[in-house]
Amino acid sequence: MSFFEAQNISISFGGLRALNQVSFEVNQGEVFSIIGPNGAGKTTIFNCINRYYDLDEGAFIFKDKDISKVRPHMVPGLGIARTFQNIELFANTTVIDNLLLGRHRHRRTNLLTETLFSRSVRRQEMESREKAEDIIDFLDLQAYRDQIVMNLPFGVQKTVELARALTMEPELLLLDEPSSGMNMEEREDLVFWITDIKEELGITILLVEHNMRFVNQLSDRILALNFGVVIAQGTPKEVLEHPEVMKAYLGEESVSA
Amino acid sequence: MEFLNEIVQTILSGIAIGCIYGIVALGFVLIFKATEVVNFAQGEMMVLGAFIAYSLTTFLGFSYWTALLLTTIALGILGMFLERVVLRTLIGEPVFVLFILTIGLGTFFRSFVSMVPGWGTDTYGFKTPFTDKVVNFANLVISWEHVSVIVMTIVLILVLFAFFRFTRIGVAMRATSQNQLAAVYMGISVHRVFSLTWIISGALGGIAGILLSPITFVHMNMGFIGLKAFPAAVLGGFGSIPGAMVGGVIIGVTESLAGVYLPIGWKDVAAWIILIAVLIFRPEGLFGIQEKKKV
Amino acid sequence: MRFVMKKDYYDNIRLFKYRSTFFWYLALVIGCFLLPLVLDEYITSIISLICMYSIATIGLMLLTGYGGQVSMGHAAFLGIGAYTSAILTSKGLPFLLAMPAAGLLTGLVGIFIGLPALRLTGLYLAIATMGFGFIVEEIIVRWEGLTNGNMGMIVDPPSIFGFWFDTETRFYYLSLILLILFILMARNILRSPTGRALIAIRDSEVAAQAMGISMLKYKTMAFAISSFFTGISGSLYAHKLTFINPESFTIIVSIEFLAMIIIGGLGSIHGAIYGTTFVLFLPQVIVMTKDYMPKYIADQTGLPAALYGLMIVLFILFEPMGIYRWWLKTKFYFEMFPLYKKDTFKRERKYVKAVRQ
Repeated sequence: MSFFEAQNISISFGGLRALNQVSFEVNQGEVFSIIGPNGAGKTTIFNCINRYYDLDEGAFIFKDKDISKVRPHMVPGLGIARTFQNIELFANTTVIDNLLLGRHRHRRTNLLTETLFSRSVRRQEMESREKAEDIIDFLDLQAYRDQIVMNLPFGVQKTVELARALTMEPELLLLDEPSSGMNMEEREDLVFWITDIKEELGITILLVEHNMRFVNQLSDRILALNFGVVIAQGTPKEVLEHPEVMKAYLGEESVSA
Repeated sequence: MEFLNEIVQTILSGIAIGCIYGIVALGFVLIFKATEVVNFAQGEMMVLGAFIAYSLTTFLGFSYWTALLLTTIALGILGMFLERVVLRTLIGEPVFVLFILTIGLGTFFRSFVSMVPGWGTDTYGFKTPFTDKVVNFANLVISWEHVSVIVMTIVLILVLFAFFRFTRIGVAMRATSQNQLAAVYMGISVHRVFSLTWIISGALGGIAGILLSPITFVHMNMGFIGLKAFPAAVLGGFGSIPGAMVGGVIIGVTESLAGVYLPIGWKDVAAWIILIAVLIFRPEGLFGIQEKKKV
Repeated sequence: MRFVMKKDYYDNIRLFKYRSTFFWYLALVIGCFLLPLVLDEYITSIISLICMYSIATIGLMLLTGYGGQVSMGHAAFLGIGAYTSAILTSKGLPFLLAMPAAGLLTGLVGIFIGLPALRLTGLYLAIATMGFGFIVEEIIVRWEGLTNGNMGMIVDPPSIFGFWFDTETRFYYLSLILLILFILMARNILRSPTGRALIAIRDSEVAAQAMGISMLKYKTMAFAISSFFTGISGSLYAHKLTFINPESFTIIVSIEFLAMIIIGGLGSIHGAIYGTTFVLFLPQVIVMTKDYMPKYIADQTGLPAALYGLMIVLFILFEPMGIYRWWLKTKFYFEMFPLYKKDTFKRERKYVKAVRQ
């Protein structure tokens, strides 16, 4: 059984079929990319995994369990973390507070003990703090630790978004266009980080991206979507040279040329 | 016959009050659609309108119709003043901040009314050309007061409808309420639209105040009746202009019937129970549209 | 600016950032305990009212300032707490049990309100809570068998194991101790995962859910905590005033509470207390400056309300973060002296929005 699997998922919004019988498999420890022109349905897949939308048909199987019907806030508990295309950070709080929120799913205390700030709460807080600091070191965010997120440059905000997802200690990480809005330097750093995440932390990564070089460098396997339908699936070499894929991105003319 | 008379009277007075709720709700909705601000002080502006009209007719001897005109203008000016001085400084601030601001304004207006010489905390009667006149129609006794309110409201709606449909500035206002940036690109002066919105809403508040005066009499706590316009707006679907009117009338009639046929106390909470029911079962109201944030 | 050398992760989460802050607060607390010896009874009673109301204001601050959920029905919770405590003590339950019971019952009602509030945002929530306030007020008036309706109820002063808190000074100490207790509870909640979750919900519901924060659980929890605090405050209120009637719990009171948290400054516990002090002292200030005002204005009963309405407007225009922020700015000015730059706190202006969100 594969680590994560989408089985014939379909969803429609009004009359528009956003996803049509899409299936793919992700193996543990690999970087799996989803590419496709705008509107192909890539972010929709993520939103379905996160349970912001209900699937019309099909299922998601994660570690042999069907996760298609769980409540949205239970998804992190399963070990799935996600970043958002147009960052959804907690804008009015500091970077470190954002990261500490990522630790929420590991919370073992309850309201009563927290009100009294008992020993267990104290221990949990220090542990969270330590883990968050590890991630800050990992992604070089030390300089921004106590700054309000709203005031940071966009590229840094994206990194904070990634950091927050990492503090959740996920097994599966969903990255939605992590490199969009970043400059060359930041993008290079991101390539290294994602490789590190895969190799050092052993996290499986599901990546939605537009930047082909990026995708080519990082992916083990790729899924290409167009208008909600799978048009190719396989290794980077196979998919990126696939005529359908080229047609979707570059148009009819260029393929025949 | 007695029973029929009673029911007709009850429903009619309910519609009349409902029209007034509707007018106040209309004031909210207009401002909300154009500027995303909720003017909590709308009810209090209605009180100001009532008192101004009362002063004009009682102390200065103006006729009812003159007073109506002058009050409407005065409240319109107040609306413009509020927009210029207060709201413009706060463009771009989160909606919550502005909402609280209008709450502060409302509180200030209400207390201000209690402090003006000649106004204070007393209740005053208000005579209109329709007071104490009744119409005998098919063996039913119908109060002219109520009918006049309904008729005037209908006229008001028709005027507003024509304004928004057929005049350039009216169309400009509708455009701005949907997409401010695009409106700017199309050459619409958004500032002017905002001013005009507040002027119209102020004027609506004034009219509502005058229409309400003969029914509930003029006193500083009239604004609380204005609060009932909120359930009206929500019932109709916040953001829908016809909805505000329809919502108002439904609440007015329900209240009126509750007052007569249900035990005491139900009348006062009827509007709020409807509100909560709507919010639980159909938050977008009768005519509103549900919007969901896209990630 | 002083630098804090953190040697331990605990330094990040301790209650007081600088050692000296702890001693200042200690001095403040000791000062408060000594106050009744210097002040006359009247002022003492106002301060004990401030302490009592502050508990409710902190509750509202947690819900609205930190949790981002506007509540315009706060007076209703105060009323529920007050009447519960009054009814329970009249049936013979000792105050020591009645007060927490009032808090818990109000908390339960809070959960009950929080549930439908889940689907409501900002404006709608405000209107719904306003409606809730009206409905509760009417219930109190009509359920005469339980609450004596408009006639009101007479309540005994608080007593613990036979010790009666029926003088101003005694009640002052009771409310002071309770206030300190509740402040500590609030601070603890805020620096723990629950507090962070509340703030997360305010800033981005979508992201909060992606972090594993259940909207259902935390939004209702926000209401529950807030109404628990307010219920306790209501209980104190009933026993202090020894007479309660529905008029003490109208929407005007709810608006007063909102004024307190706005003027004091949203998002800080200090703010809750400053705001409460401001609104409660206002009538006193008016009395004291009576001689300097034209007689006509000074005599008005509506003057305090007009003033704090005006204050809300002025604060929002010029200092939306309230008194607390103004205090911080002043402190900052002195810390930075003479290097303070005039535009340090200038607000960034954002202009028209594009599509409605």
